[in-house]
Amino acid sequence: MSRIDVKKTYKLFIAGQFPRSESGRSYEIKGANGKFIANPALASRKDLRDSVTAAKLALPGWSAATAFNRGQILYRIAEIMEGRSEQFAAEILALEGGTSKDAKAQVAQAIDLWVWYAGWCDKISTIAGATNPIAGPYYNFTIPEELGVVGIIAEQKESLLGLVAAIAPVIAAGNSAVVIASEKRPLPAITLSEALATSDLPAGVLNILTGKVSELAPWMASHMEIDGLDISGVDSKIEAELRVAGAENLKRIHRFNKSPSPQRMLAFMESKTVWHPIGV
Amino acid sequence: MSKSPFEYAPAPESRAVVSIKSQYGLFINGAWVEPKTKNKFATINPANEEVLSKISQASDSDVDRAVKAARDAFTKTWSKMPARERGKYLYRIARIMQERAREFAVLETLDNGKPIRESRDVDIPLAAAHFFYHAGWADKLEYAGLGANPKPHGVVGQIIPWNFPLLMLAWKIAPAIATGNTVVLKPAETTPLTALLFAEVCQQADLPAGVVNIITGDGATGAALVKHPGIDKIAFTGSTGVGKLIARSIAISGKSATLELGGKAANVVFDDAPIDEAIEGIVNGIFFNQGHVCCAGSRLIVQENIHDEVLEKLKRRMSLIRVGDPLDKNTDLGAINSAEQLAKIKELSISGDAEGAFRWSPDCVLPSKGFWFAPTIFTGVTQAHRIAREEIFGPVLSILTFRTPQEAIEKANNTPFGLSAGVWSEKGSRILWASKALKAGVIWANTFNKFDPASPFGGYKESGWGREGGRHGLAAYLKGAK
Repeated sequence: MSRIDVKKTYKLFIAGQFPRSESGRSYEIKGANGKFIANPALASRKDLRDSVTAAKLALPGWSAATAFNRGQILYRIAEIMEGRSEQFAAEILALEGGTSKDAKAQVAQAIDLWVWYAGWCDKISTIAGATNPIAGPYYNFTIPEELGVVGIIAEQKESLLGLVAAIAPVIAAGNSAVVIASEKRPLPAITLSEALATSDLPAGVLNILTGKVSELAPWMASHMEIDGLDISGVDSKIEAELRVAGAENLKRIHRFNKSPSPQRMLAFMESKTVWHPIGV
Repeated sequence: MSKSPFEYAPAPESRAVVSIKSQYGLFINGAWVEPKTKNKFATINPANEEVLSKISQASDSDVDRAVKAARDAFTKTWSKMPARERGKYLYRIARIMQERAREFAVLETLDNGKPIRESRDVDIPLAAAHFFYHAGWADKLEYAGLGANPKPHGVVGQIIPWNFPLLMLAWKIAPAIATGNTVVLKPAETTPLTALLFAEVCQQADLPAGVVNIITGDGATGAALVKHPGIDKIAFTGSTGVGKLIARSIAISGKSATLELGGKAANVVFDDAPIDEAIEGIVNGIFFNQGHVCCAGSRLIVQENIHDEVLEKLKRRMSLIRVGDPLDKNTDLGAINSAEQLAKIKELSISGDAEGAFRWSPDCVLPSKGFWFAPTIFTGVTQAHRIAREEIFGPVLSILTFRTPQEAIEKANNTPFGLSAGVWSEKGSRILWASKALKAGVIWANTFNKFDPASPFGGYKESGWGREGGRHGLAAYLKGAK
């Protein structure tokens, strides 16, 4: 008799741990072939709030880490993902269909994207900062800083690449984040959280929820401790609703196209300008 | 003023340099037009309540005319003009503003109530400098770090406040037209006169018709501008409350916006600070422009062991502040801009009394006509007091204390605002540490309330979206990579 394989329970990733939803709910995920694959957690509003608390707690340490240190940790994420390439590819293939070659290509792109953003950590200030030649005896400089806690609703179709394209620039910039994974294809996101948990990323910097975008996104938009929102994966029908809710604390809300860019980091950074007199 | 160690003879600046018309129309498509409804409202001198002129109330159809003029100018003229030539118009405007600087300064002081010393030495020179600075950017935008070929939005709707009328106009119009946009600008209801004089400058500079349109009116005019479908981008400076209304309004329309909103800046004084300089910085931080400054240092957060010394010196310095005729060249503190604003300052100050803080003002005789409020400090303020949380937008300072540097930062950052902050210390490493830890867009270290066209300005958190000034400010008016 052939061996019965051991299936994984897919859970949330909050504060570096893997809890089920506090609501006790789960939902069914089917593969591209229509067959049952898993019952991941159906995250609730409370799970979201717990995630924001974790992100808020992780923020001071992560944003104060040196850019060099952050770059090394992002690179480490790429290293750990590389070792799990086949698992990612298998999950992508099962959920998205297509060819094995496509799935592998998506994994490779996602890993390379981490490497690309790892290198940006200690360069973004150089290209986005300035010393400003003001008309007076003052030294004056501008530097970009992290925005704070960013809510991310990642692009839904490319379940791994869309996710990495959104989270890598946000944490490279020194932010912490709460992420809603692809609703119908959440498994690579959960596997990614297992890679994150073993890659020296401090607990709480990234928190990944699985569940319904339509349920969680409005709570994300109205949460007063979330400073920015990446709505790239949101149906345009609810975009206006989210922007109205986000206006309550003037969230920085952005939707991006797919291409990697330092602008994706800068969209969730704030420019700070410092003046000091010059004199003897 | 009788207790002052010095007696000053009156030194009023002459009004002869300005000629104010009895009424004004709207400046649309390079010409003066009457509003469709014929409605006019008065603009007054807040120092004596004299009616200065009658101003047009632009209606929805006037807004529509102005937006169409701006669209035509964008499509037919401004977007087709070589960038170098566009820049030359800004240089021309800067030069004419410098030539007519005294006229602008007197007019600003009459309409706004701010001391002539400030309008003459700060507002107007900085406004002209903003045009000169941005003129040079017009043909260098591909070097601004926004991609190879950044594009203007098109027609920009701009709404500005009454605290720095001409300077805010310059902050809005200069970068917008330098980057190739055309504009419809609405000055504040209580301070339209320098914007209307600026329209004359545009005519003298032969700026193509419709590139700059100036429409006057109240909040209804502003709302019509925000909602107009022909506007591609909104730039607003004003209260956080109205900023949120605009953010909601454009959520549906999909327009982009930059917002420069309120503040409740902490001015943090460590015990190793240069005290005499710090006193000057505290006074400049809160009493500059009657405290009608979104980035005013309205919360003094002083280390406990020097609280008494700072307070004593601050009171002595405040007793030398000269309150009175804004046109007098020796005046430090002018008139409150409007009866409405005065009522707000009074209401919040009374809440300070009621919630248990201690009020102090120097003896000073306030003029009987006009809107006036003595320079005021509150001691014994806690973080829960309204005067520590809400923007007063007047010459009222709330004083809090701290023991450890960490406590100073926590108190300073304990606000939904994040526009500016001050830090005073002679220790370089502490200055840089605090500058990093303070969550605000502008940090003044051992100085306060300094502005420059080359220096980006704008807030964190609920103080707004985006920056104005410097290379960073250009991003607000260009569609770059995202």
